[in-house]
Amino acid sequence: MFPYELFLNAVVAGVLLGGFYAAVALGLSITFGQLDIVNIAHPAFVICGSYTAYILNEHFGMDPILIGIIFMPVFFAVGVIVYRIYYASFEKTGQESLSGLAFFFGLMFIIEVVLILVYGVDYRLVSATYIGQTIDIGFLNIPLRMAVPFVVAATLSLSVYFYLSKTFMGRAILAVSQDRLALQLMGADPVKIKQFAMGIAIATASVAGSLLIIIGPVEPSVGRLYIGRVFAIVVLGGMGSISGTLIAAVMIGIVESLVATFYGPSWAPAVGFIILLLTLAFRPQGLFGRQ
Amino acid sequence: MKTYGFWIILGVLALTGLGFTELVDNEYYFFASYLVLQGLIMAVAWNILGGFTGYVNFGSAGFFAVGVYTSIALDKAIGLPLPILILASGIVCGLIGLGAGYLTLRLKGVYFAIATLAMAIVFETIAINWEYVGGAKGTFILTPEDSLFFDSYIELLFMVMLLLALGSVALSRYINSSRLGQGLAAIRDDETAAECMGVPTLKLKLISTAIMGAMMGIAGAPYPFFVTYVDPVSSFNLLIAVNAIAMPMIGGTLSWFGPVIGALFLGTAQEIITVTISSELNLLIVGVMLVLFITLAPQGIVGLYQDFMRKRRKND
Repeated sequence: MFPYELFLNAVVAGVLLGGFYAAVALGLSITFGQLDIVNIAHPAFVICGSYTAYILNEHFGMDPILIGIIFMPVFFAVGVIVYRIYYASFEKTGQESLSGLAFFFGLMFIIEVVLILVYGVDYRLVSATYIGQTIDIGFLNIPLRMAVPFVVAATLSLSVYFYLSKTFMGRAILAVSQDRLALQLMGADPVKIKQFAMGIAIATASVAGSLLIIIGPVEPSVGRLYIGRVFAIVVLGGMGSISGTLIAAVMIGIVESLVATFYGPSWAPAVGFIILLLTLAFRPQGLFGRQ
Repeated sequence: MKTYGFWIILGVLALTGLGFTELVDNEYYFFASYLVLQGLIMAVAWNILGGFTGYVNFGSAGFFAVGVYTSIALDKAIGLPLPILILASGIVCGLIGLGAGYLTLRLKGVYFAIATLAMAIVFETIAINWEYVGGAKGTFILTPEDSLFFDSYIELLFMVMLLLALGSVALSRYINSSRLGQGLAAIRDDETAAECMGVPTLKLKLISTAIMGAMMGIAGAPYPFFVTYVDPVSSFNLLIAVNAIAMPMIGGTLSWFGPVIGALFLGTAQEIITVTISSELNLLIVGVMLVLFITLAPQGIVGLYQDFMRKRRKND
C-alpha cells in the first residue's frame, strides 16, 4: 500500500525546505528578475553569510539568525560596491552579456577558493538550542532546524514584498525594472536606485546564509548546488515577482523532498536543474510571469 | 603565402613534439604539457561559441566530463581503441551541445549560460549515480600495454593531445575567417540586425554549439588513460570550467589567436605555480586574473598588444 505517512512527512519537509529556498532565491529575484543583473555569484554570497554565522557562533556563541540580521548592513555595503564595479566596467559600456556574466562567475570562484584557503573543505556547523529538537504532531515529525528557518525565511520574504510594494524606495526599484527610461525622464537616477536594490539583494544573503548553516553543515562548494536551484525558482516564479518566487520555491522544495525520500538523496540536486531546463525550454516566462 | 606559413608552423610544432618524446625522459614534462594542451583545446572550443558568437558556456566541465565518461563506458563495454573513443566522445558531446542549444538558444543568451551551468550538475548527478562507470567512488582505468613506438604511454598521450590541439587551432582559425565565422561575428555584434539581414542565426548558433561540445568531448576522451583513476569530483572539476573561460578572456576573445595565447600563458603559469607554490593558491590566481582582465582589459592580451602597437605608431 502507498506509504501515506512517509509521503505526508516528505511533503511537510518539502514545504519547510522550500520556504528556506525562497530566502536564498529572494536576492536573485531582485537582481536577476528586476534589475537584469545576472548575479550567478549570489549563492556564493549566501555561503559567505553561512561562514559569518559560523565564525561568530563558534567564538561568541551568538545565535546564528541574530548574526545574519546584524550583518545585513555589511552585506548591503558589499552589494553596493559590487554593483559600482559592475556598472562602471560592464553596464555603462553595454558589455554585461558576456563580460558581466564572466565577472560574476569569476567572483563566485574567488569567494569559493578564498573560503577553501582559509577554512579548508571541512563541513562547518553552528550550535543553537533549537537545532536537534523536533515537534511531533501525530505522525508528523517537524525538526526545529527546518521549522525555524522556514519562519525566518517567510518573514524575510514578506518584509521584502511589503518594502517593494509599499515604500517609496521599493516602488522606485520596481519602476526601474519596468521602465528605466521613463524613470530617468522623471528626474530619478536609475544607477542609484539599482545600487540600493543590489544592496538589499545581497543583504538578504546574509540571513539566508545563516539559515543555510542552521539546516545543515556547510562547506565552500555547497553554493554551486544552489545556482541551478535558485535560478529555477526565479525563472519559474516569473522573474522578479516576490510572491511567485515564494510559490516556486515551495514547489521545488516539495519535489526535491519527494525525490530524496523515494529515490534517494543523491538524486535531489538534479531536480532543480531539470525543472530549470524544462522551464527554459517550454515556458521561459515562468508560471506566474507576464507574457 | 600566409596560409602556407600557418600549416608549416603546425607541421614544425608536430615534429618538435615528436622530437621532444625522443629526447626527453622525465615524464613530468609530458604530464605538464598534456594538461596545458588539454586546457588549450578547451579554451579554443569555448571561444568558438563564447568569443566568436557571444554566448557564454559555463558548463565546459560538463562537456569535458561527458567525454571522459563516454570514453570510460565504451572502454569498459567493448574496449575500443583510443582514436575511436575520441571520435565517439566527440559525437556524443556534439549532440549534447546541439540538444542544449536547441532548447535554450532561442532565448536571451543569459538563459543559455545558466542552462549550461545547470546541465553540468545534472550530468554530475547522473555520473554519481551510475554504478557501471564507478558511481561516486570512481573507477580505475588500465592503460593499454601497447604504446606504439613511444617509450611510455604518457608520451603517446602527449602526442595525441598535441595533434588534437593543433587540429582544433586549425579548425578555429578556419571558422574565424570563413563565411560561418562572419555569420557568427554578425550574431555577436547584433543578433537582431543579423537576423534581419538574412543570417540564419539559430542554425549558425547550433552549428557553433555542436562544434564546441564536440571539441570539449574530444579533449576529455583521453583523460581517463591519463589519470588512470576517475571520479565525478575530478572530472567535473570547476577549475576546468573556469580555465575554459579564463584562458580566452585573458588571451582575447575576438580572434582565433587569443585563446591560444591565453591557454599557453595561463596553462604554463598554472603548472609552475602548482609546483612551486601550491595548487590552492593557483586557483585563487586564476580567479583573480580572470576578474582583473575582464574588468580592466576586456580585449585580453591580444587587445593590450594591439593598443600598444597603435600608440607606438602614433608616436613615430
